[in-house]
Amino acid sequence: MKIVSFDEVINFIKPESTLMVGGFLGVGTPEGIIDKIIEHGINNLTIIANDTAFEDRGIGKLIKNKLCKKVIVSHIGTNPETQRQMIAGELEVELVPQGTLAERVRAGGAGLGGILTPTGVGTVVENGKQVIEIDGKKYLLELPLRADVALIKAKKCDYYGNLVYNLTATNFNPLMALAADLVIVEAEEIVPVGVLAPDEIKTPGVLVDYVVLSQGVK
Amino acid sequence: MSIDPKEKIAKRVAQELKEGDLVNLGIGLPTLVANYIPKGVHVFFQSENGIIGMGPEPEKGFENKDLTNAGAGYITALPGAMTFDSAFSFSLIRGGHLDITVLGGLQVDEEGHLANWMIPGKMIPGMGGAMDLVTGAKKVIVAMTHTAKVEPKILKKCTLPLTSIRRVDLIVTELAVIRPTDEGLVLEEIAEETTLEEVINLTEAKLIVSSQLKKF
Repeated sequence: MKIVSFDEVINFIKPESTLMVGGFLGVGTPEGIIDKIIEHGINNLTIIANDTAFEDRGIGKLIKNKLCKKVIVSHIGTNPETQRQMIAGELEVELVPQGTLAERVRAGGAGLGGILTPTGVGTVVENGKQVIEIDGKKYLLELPLRADVALIKAKKCDYYGNLVYNLTATNFNPLMALAADLVIVEAEEIVPVGVLAPDEIKTPGVLVDYVVLSQGVK
Repeated sequence: MSIDPKEKIAKRVAQELKEGDLVNLGIGLPTLVANYIPKGVHVFFQSENGIIGMGPEPEKGFENKDLTNAGAGYITALPGAMTFDSAFSFSLIRGGHLDITVLGGLQVDEEGHLANWMIPGKMIPGMGGAMDLVTGAKKVIVAMTHTAKVEPKILKKCTLPLTSIRRVDLIVTELAVIRPTDEGLVLEEIAEETTLEEVINLTEAKLIVSSQLKKF
């Protein structure tokens, strides 16, 4: 793990890449890194995240600045601009049930070849997917998701990169920290090793590549 | 004096909650249910973004930016609350650990199928957690107005994309309480403010009137 500045960290995020971004409607999203992506105009991104938040918040800001070519999310209802770009054919949107999205990310990080879920059976979500029957019950085979880079928001980080999340800002962050080739964390606080209790650490530092310190708590 | 339909629905749904239940309330109308929990009944509210033990909106000045519900509204964590990640949250939901989910609806049909996540060409917000909730909860209650303006929402067959092929357990509107069964939709209760004729007229689906029809 290496602590870097926002100007250094942006070098690891390339146009055309696939990013996983933590957060639920912007809560638990690394806003500082998002702002830096916008400043550098890094575009043609594929985003994997729970949602596209609001037009002025989190991933919504990437959408507003037209930096995304595709999003894989469970919900776009709070962001009219996402819907507008989708209808205009400017943005590809893959809608995934939220629990399925979480498990696909988990599978990607856990070395699984996919997961079987009853969610979506008999609905439009089933289209194009393999249906597998186990003990008389139908399941959809949902494939794992991985990304080039995961952008994670943590409450605290120590100098090993161990992460503590805060309340409902946890959401997809610990799952995504396992499912990308490169893991970048925006932490609100960096503390000495040994300060964090083993029980409160939810992501071990060995998974983390780079850490930036949030510029003021947002 | 007319009664607010949403209040009427929320009050009736609240009667379904039992001591110790783990409950997920959808955003919008279902959220109101929390205001009418019967006295002495203690339930646990889950929000799918990652908490059990969700409490009401905090007073102004006491908001925590990292403590929100599934609609990004500020909440509180009651004593005994627990927070967790999205995979765990949906393990609770899909794994059959959630006693009751209360969701809004656009349409419900004679098979008890719910459509509530999109109107093709018009409104595509995405399913969020709805498909998992309807598929996995022990009991699914649809809380919705009986009609959209005058158009029936309880239909012979849903015309909108389904949320799940799981049959919902109860439909509560401001006019009626309807239970989907193997035989079809059983009309169990009608509102004090309506008549059986009106309920039947405002419902496209065939209703089987219970022999013990009650008022609520």
